[in-house]
Amino acid sequence: MHFPLSYVLIRNSEHQEDGGLEVNGEEIIRFERVTKEYDGTVVLDDVSFAMERGKFYTLLGPSGCGKTTILRLIAGFIEPTEGTIYFHGKPIQNVPPNKRQVNTVFQDYALFPHLDVFENVAFGLRVKKMKEADIRQKVSEALRFVNLEGYERRRIQEMSGGQRQRVAIARAIVNEPEVLLLDEPLSALDLKLRTEMQYELRELQRRLGITFIFVTHDQEEALAMSDYIFVLNKGKIQQFGTPKDIYDEPINRFVADFIGESNILSGRMIDDFLVEFAGKRFVCVDRGFAPNEPVDVVIRPEDLELAAPEDGQIVIRVDSLLFRGVHYEICGYDENGNEWLVHSTKKAEVGETVGLRFEPEAIHVMRVEREDEGA
Amino acid sequence: MTERAWRNWYLIPYGIWLVLFVVAPIVFLVYESFLDLDGHWTVANYENVLTPIYLKMMAYSFWYAFLITLVSLLIGYPTAYWLTKTRHKQLWLLLLILPMWVNLLLKVYAFLGLLGTYGLANALLQTLGIGARQLLFTDFSFVFVSVYIFIPFMVLPIFNALEELPPSLVDAARDLGASAWTTFRRVVFPLTLGGVKAGCQAVFIPSLSLFMITRLVAGNRVITLGTAIEQHFLVTQNWGMGATIAVVLMIAMAVIVGLTGSGRKEGSR
Repeated sequence: MHFPLSYVLIRNSEHQEDGGLEVNGEEIIRFERVTKEYDGTVVLDDVSFAMERGKFYTLLGPSGCGKTTILRLIAGFIEPTEGTIYFHGKPIQNVPPNKRQVNTVFQDYALFPHLDVFENVAFGLRVKKMKEADIRQKVSEALRFVNLEGYERRRIQEMSGGQRQRVAIARAIVNEPEVLLLDEPLSALDLKLRTEMQYELRELQRRLGITFIFVTHDQEEALAMSDYIFVLNKGKIQQFGTPKDIYDEPINRFVADFIGESNILSGRMIDDFLVEFAGKRFVCVDRGFAPNEPVDVVIRPEDLELAAPEDGQIVIRVDSLLFRGVHYEICGYDENGNEWLVHSTKKAEVGETVGLRFEPEAIHVMRVEREDEGA
Repeated sequence: MTERAWRNWYLIPYGIWLVLFVVAPIVFLVYESFLDLDGHWTVANYENVLTPIYLKMMAYSFWYAFLITLVSLLIGYPTAYWLTKTRHKQLWLLLLILPMWVNLLLKVYAFLGLLGTYGLANALLQTLGIGARQLLFTDFSFVFVSVYIFIPFMVLPIFNALEELPPSLVDAARDLGASAWTTFRRVVFPLTLGGVKAGCQAVFIPSLSLFMITRLVAGNRVITLGTAIEQHFLVTQNWGMGATIAVVLMIAMAVIVGLTGSGRKEGSR
């Protein structure tokens, strides 16, 4: 977990991240300073980013963060209040949704209840007035793709949640879109099915080789599936990066809190590579802050190691203990009253005093957000 | 006594009502339809119904009911559609329902005034330079007033069906490449067919037996089964014949309801 200094400098010198304005491969979608308001309420606030062809993107954030708004803007159901959206470098403001090379898998699947499985999948092809024989072939191909052969004449009402979702995917991909938009498609499924579908979707994206834009509020889902993640809050992009970037180097308190469990402490930067929190000074890998600048410090629970009290950089009194299968989840308080969460394969008893050790790389220093702190 | 038995007791008032005002009248009506003017048993009334005079009257009734339903649907569907899109739904719905609270006879009399020779409509036509003309006692005024009376019954079920339609289905159709018109034709209309059926039933069936509007607005221009029943009972005093027409009308209504289904079931679910 060591990052080149230049990277550290860049990440600390920017407040709102504009997500990946340059892409390596072929650019497919670009938002330029896009704002969306509903009746005076800003749901998307001056957002800019670019997306590359053939990648799996996830828009991650709590409800009301603007992630679904981005999806609906791309699909064309709504128009931006300000700013421009480009598709293959051309503005698509005046292109209606039915003329866009984009298809959507809706949160409630939005399958047509008056049509059977075959006719649902065939809908887009029929609208294009394709020949009957071609429709048959393409629909059965799409159904084979999602493992639903033989279900052609089933009514939608007879399909289970997981099957409906596959029908929704088949109905979208049969039109061979360049971009597939997925609006929390897994949220209605139970945990086991959800995990299964995560693998299937990822696999599907690899096989099709098209761009997936996946919306979710589930951080585990986002980490498991994506090439790139946009973390959103209050209509702004908080951070853009690979799942590893975002997990290891959260840019602010909100992202650190939203992605995984973490210990977040207030502190101040004494000097480059030296930070103070929990009443002590620690060597770290961050620099580029003003002297004595107040900062937020994040340490992931799995980066903390149990040690004897005299060897610990921090000493805590264990308050509670939970067995989580792979590890113990230990919660305790240090002498200043800060709460510490530790994931360890070693056990500690409630009431026991233990030391915690961590590497300088485990300390993530973040600028404090001025106007809207966290959430 | 068990809870269930108690619950049955609550049915008694309605049961009495049903027997006194629904079952008994129908029984009397059927009984009466088999009696001639002198009170003797006969099937002559039914033979009479099948003569050209009554068949033509029946055809007229169906034709006018069909016209009224069609015009109501053509106006009612777009209205209901627009209502679901508007901001102040409750207000507009209230305005739509408001005339239903006014007595039917009052509304019809109001139209007599409006459409009369010296009424507002003719005054308007005159100022426009078209000139006054006979508006009352025409097919047009009959259908016009009937549509006015019945339109809420058409709009409400369609409005409800449209409200129940998930908006994501419209998005999905657009997303899959359908134009606004194709979306309407292939998704919105088929899924609101239940409401359309319910609305058509609610307009067509009462339209079949109209007589008050027929008498007051259409005068003697339009003779339907409704007016025939009224004539037989009140003018010619041939109760047997009146009852026969009523029985035939009821059978026709039952058949229509049977054929169109109970409306809601198929389309929306």
